Amino acid sequence: MTHNKIPADHSTELPSKCQVQPEPEDPSEVNSRRDFLKTGAASLLGAAALMTQSDDAQANIEWAEHFQGNYRLMTDQEKVEARARLEKRYSEEYGKAVTVDGTPAKEGVLLGYALNIRKCIGCRRCVKACVAENNQSRGPDAGQRIEWIQVMKMARGEFTKDKMADGYPESQGIQYPEGLGIQVGGNAYSPAGVVLEGEYFYEPEAVPEKDATYMPLACMHCEKPPCVKVCPVRTTYREPDGIVVIDYNWCIGCRMCMSACPYWARRFNVTTPVLPKAEMNPKTHYLGNRPRMRGVVEKCTWCIQRNRIGRYPACVEVCPVGARKFGNLLDPESEVSLILARKNVFRLKAELNTFPKFFYFFD
Amino acid sequence: MHKLISFAPDYIRYIIKGGIKFYAWMGFLAILSAFSLYGFYLQNTEGLIVTGITSQIHDGLYFANLVFLVGVAAGAVTIVFPAYIHHHKAMHEVTVLGEMLAMTAVIMVMLFVFSHMGRPERLWHMIPYLGIYNFPNSMLAWDVLVLNVYLLLNLVCGFYFLYVKYSGGKINKNFFMPLVYISIVWALSIHTVTAFLISTLPARPMWFHSMMPIRFILTAFAAGPCLIILVFLIIRKNTKMWIQDDAINLLSLIITWCLGMALFLTMSEIVVELYARTEHANGLYYLMFGLHGLTKLVPWFWGSLIAMLTAFAMLLIPGIRTNYKLLPIACVLGFGGIWVEKGMGLVVPGFIPTPIGEVTEYYPSMVEVMMSIGNWGIGFLILTVLLKGAIGILLGEVKYGGSKAEKSNDVASGGKAAAYEAR
Repeated sequence: MTHNKIPADHSTELPSKCQVQPEPEDPSEVNSRRDFLKTGAASLLGAAALMTQSDDAQANIEWAEHFQGNYRLMTDQEKVEARARLEKRYSEEYGKAVTVDGTPAKEGVLLGYALNIRKCIGCRRCVKACVAENNQSRGPDAGQRIEWIQVMKMARGEFTKDKMADGYPESQGIQYPEGLGIQVGGNAYSPAGVVLEGEYFYEPEAVPEKDATYMPLACMHCEKPPCVKVCPVRTTYREPDGIVVIDYNWCIGCRMCMSACPYWARRFNVTTPVLPKAEMNPKTHYLGNRPRMRGVVEKCTWCIQRNRIGRYPACVEVCPVGARKFGNLLDPESEVSLILARKNVFRLKAELNTFPKFFYFFD
Repeated sequence: MHKLISFAPDYIRYIIKGGIKFYAWMGFLAILSAFSLYGFYLQNTEGLIVTGITSQIHDGLYFANLVFLVGVAAGAVTIVFPAYIHHHKAMHEVTVLGEMLAMTAVIMVMLFVFSHMGRPERLWHMIPYLGIYNFPNSMLAWDVLVLNVYLLLNLVCGFYFLYVKYSGGKINKNFFMPLVYISIVWALSIHTVTAFLISTLPARPMWFHSMMPIRFILTAFAAGPCLIILVFLIIRKNTKMWIQDDAINLLSLIITWCLGMALFLTMSEIVVELYARTEHANGLYYLMFGLHGLTKLVPWFWGSLIAMLTAFAMLLIPGIRTNYKLLPIACVLGFGGIWVEKGMGLVVPGFIPTPIGEVTEYYPSMVEVMMSIGNWGIGFLILTVLLKGAIGILLGEVKYGGSKAEKSNDVASGGKAAAYEAR
């Protein structure tokens, strides 16, 4: 039962940069900014130390972090300070130079995603790559394991002659074969063509499996996101380029957004995330993959730390069959725009009017 | 002004005095409160992993109690409304007790909010100007508004009335009556908005229907008076305060028909959902029969349905309704049945299956159960104190101008007449 084995290094053949995204910033410029951040952090630490009369730098950072405002409403200076504070704390905590980026959205960009469900082979490399890239919790307990992508494995289902006679309740001796019961065909409950009834924890020897189809799911980055509407403190919001993000330092952990999301895209940190030092990805973004804390909600950001500097999300880069496409919906020449123009596409649960920017398509 | 200054010490002096029975009861509740504090400590050091919640089923026992207690708070209007709109004399005498209950229930709701939150220390993020208050977009912001205003209304109405009684003055109707009328409407609003909180989420088909607010109000107006009757009967037995049969009979009549209509709505929901049996009925199906072999809530659902039906049947019979030996049984059944139906039976199946079809179950952890019991303990502690103070003032045992305790003792023990005149 072995089907197409996947070449492991196929992903390197794919372009590693979005055509539509601006080039990354000049490295020297980045360096100078880092220096500036460090000075900012030092001055803030001094002020915090005076305030709390304590020598414990860690405690001071946390003290300042507790009273910082909502990221979106901070002045540029406050943003720089907030990120510097985090960089210092994370660097100490994980024993490596951690950067917390704050690159804002670019003008004229509306990000979109398209996924070819015909091509998906259910290998779940996107799931693993996402966890490695985005610093999700990976502890031994169920509550300590967080994945932002689910690849649903769904049965193809089968219609058989054997089942034709089933489905009718006991005849009770009345002239109608179905008795007083309801007429239901014996093949009624075949799962064929059913979306969202499957499993996402599966460990086959090889993929794709013959009797299964696959449907990856993650945050749809809705244009009208219900999660944003219900948030009582506006900690989750839509960025100008269409990404729905969370300020983890502002989240109160009420979980209304999780109730409101029709795609089950959001995860709650029931405990302090378990993130081994060696596995921690030090290239982070304030609104993206920086390490989270206990009691807050997190979700996919289409790898904001990557896409803001012109790189593809990790899932797009790792997909061995090229099922995942990502780009600027406002650029008619981008891959996603071309897919929307030429392929048959659909949105999941379109009837809910959330207007996802995540499209499924097939050849 | 001197009256106002002496009110607080007189009031406090009265409520901390009591017999062995009172101290034993308060001691017991204090121990329960300690459970709650310990649970809160665990949750805010370890995280909510000490509870049974997961990313699949992320609201549980706390949210269930929260929803139920908003109903109890709203249920106090079943005293206030007849008293002020229909000028029901017996109710008029005990209105302030209803206000005390409402206040307690809202405080308990807040305790459960704190228990539920992942980051309670960040609650200030919701305070306008200091933080961001997502009003009017967020239904939760509406809920916070209506609950706090309701607490304030009851606090002002209740304690203004008590203060006037204490100081022997006259009630300023121009100030008092508008607040009473507002609080009646407001009681409806708190439960309506709480219903909207969950019924405005199309992602959760089990909750997404317009019947939710009226069903919430009906179950609230059944469960609230159930508790009030139990409290009234306990007051009659253990204090010198006499609550007239008339008041209790009206409350049991209200319970009967609110419970009856609530059962009718439950039946309507079952027929509508299960006749078509779409995917959206999966939550209800899980609750009633189980889904994919997971059946944890099934006995709870049927148990609560039987309890509510039994309570309804008992209350329909006048002989039982007016028999104060049997009435408490009906009240306990009604209260318990609604607690299950509207709490766990409503909140948990909303998450089963998840929006992407995953079927999991929810098991409240020991910490969760402990903390819920603790919060109820704190609630009863507050209720006992508030009721004791209110009764003391109503009986004239706490009065401006020195301790009248000994004197009023004789008067009140003399008979079972209503201890004070109607407002």
